[in-house]
Amino acid sequence: MREELLAIVERNSRIDLKELAVILGVEEIDVVNELAALEAEGIICGYHTMIDWEKTSIEKVSALIEVRVTPQRGQGFDNIAERIYKYPEVTSVYLISGGYDLLVTLEGKSLKEISGFVSDKLSTLDSVLSTATHFILKKYKDHGTILAKKNEDTREKVTP
Amino acid sequence: MRNMLSDKVMALKPSGIRKFFDIVSEMDDAISLGVGEPDFDTPWHIRDEGIYSLEKGRTFYTSNAGLKELKEEICNYTKRKQGVTYDPIHEVLVTVGGSEAIDIGLRAVVNPGDEVLIPQPSFVSYEPCAIMAGGVPVIIELKAENEFRLTAQELEDAITDKTKILVLPFPNNPTGAIMEREDLEAIAEVIRKHDILVMSDEIYAELTYKEKHVSIVEIEGMQERTILINGFSKSFAMTGWRLGYACGPKAIIEQMLKLHQFAIMCAPTTSQYAAVEALRNGDGDVQEMRTAYNQRRRYLMNAFREMGLECFEPFGAFYVFPCIKEFGMTSEEFANRFLMEEKVAVVPGTAFGDCGEGYLRISYAYSLDNLKLAIGKLANFVERLRSEQK
Repeated sequence: MREELLAIVERNSRIDLKELAVILGVEEIDVVNELAALEAEGIICGYHTMIDWEKTSIEKVSALIEVRVTPQRGQGFDNIAERIYKYPEVTSVYLISGGYDLLVTLEGKSLKEISGFVSDKLSTLDSVLSTATHFILKKYKDHGTILAKKNEDTREKVTP
Repeated sequence: MRNMLSDKVMALKPSGIRKFFDIVSEMDDAISLGVGEPDFDTPWHIRDEGIYSLEKGRTFYTSNAGLKELKEEICNYTKRKQGVTYDPIHEVLVTVGGSEAIDIGLRAVVNPGDEVLIPQPSFVSYEPCAIMAGGVPVIIELKAENEFRLTAQELEDAITDKTKILVLPFPNNPTGAIMEREDLEAIAEVIRKHDILVMSDEIYAELTYKEKHVSIVEIEGMQERTILINGFSKSFAMTGWRLGYACGPKAIIEQMLKLHQFAIMCAPTTSQYAAVEALRNGDGDVQEMRTAYNQRRRYLMNAFREMGLECFEPFGAFYVFPCIKEFGMTSEEFANRFLMEEKVAVVPGTAFGDCGEGYLRISYAYSLDNLKLAIGKLANFVERLRSEQK
């Protein structure tokens, strides 16, 4: 049940426990225990809400930053990654294979705020060799959800 | 002008849900639980392959029986799923949906006056196709107490010396019933004893929620007397692509091929290329859809239990078939009132044969959110009917 449970809550973390038990064909108490175990094991790390900020009047800018760094002896990339992910405006940090080392995503109120972060904080770190900043112009799909348009049911209403 | 129309066609009853159809389609705000096709889009990699084939200019007829690669993949698939071997050159025919295979399969084997055994409730095509093939449809009424499975006794009772072929529609539309290995073994014995053919319509084979689907062709001595029908509509959510196939003994497939050749030429080329991709790389998609259907099925069974509506637990297709006899009205009256009062469309069981009286077909090819909305309305309606009865 673990895999199926995770697949469901990954899509809908607000689903009712009783309903979850029904559709999984198990007892509610088993669902409660399994969720608690998944949280304790750090497999479920949080329950977030997907927001399309574009549709609000609140200004938000997000960017992807490719960062090339010098790994440190005995530490690899972990130390420098930590120095970066501790900034609250950083929303994710990934170690990447290929042409650069870290992929950092960033959210800010304005272009200025993001470019300020890159030039003042990120580029000035000792082990950072170079950065390339890409501003996100439009999100079509995020976390497996298509933001661009709603799916309509175009099927005939009754078919044999 | 004198009547120019064929008596045989004139005598065919129009599909039982046509009338109901028309009312529903005129109600813009009606929620429907009446759809007989998946709610999922065709998986993107399959659609992409169709688009790619168009881009490459593959817009010509294929050979009559279908693309060689597709026939080979169908044989691989049947081997993988059912453990049964077919020869892609002589024993496979790609058709325009499972529906075409039903039609030409019956026409290939039925002589005037031959009896065609049709268990009901079942899909609407078998009876008219049997009639147009010159056969005499003989209905076997399946029973709720057997979970709408076909029993050896029911089969035995229906067989006469005119019986030619049994249509075996499992997993079943509209009941959701399945036949398990021991059920099939029991009827296979009767079939062998009386030396009759089988047309096994297994279009819902991928959608079972108990054990893996068992085909009658897996039972000893049955492959040589069975026309196995399957297709892409339900398993890969490809209804609009109109693609199915028949596997069977060379002698029968050869005759079906003639009919197909003269009436159809070949199944749609774009669809055939897409279907190759579906069979090669689509198992994961099928698994994902099956899991989602199963969740909805459990949700519905639980909802019926909570509202005290009698329903056997179906383990196949994407339908449930609850009993409404307690309300003392016909299926059609129930469906009409439910539509008028709650604006939800369900299909009366009688659309699938007279013995569907007292039942409704409810489809769960809808998102859980849609189902919840509609089932809430069903609960209201059921409660109102019960209070009226007091």
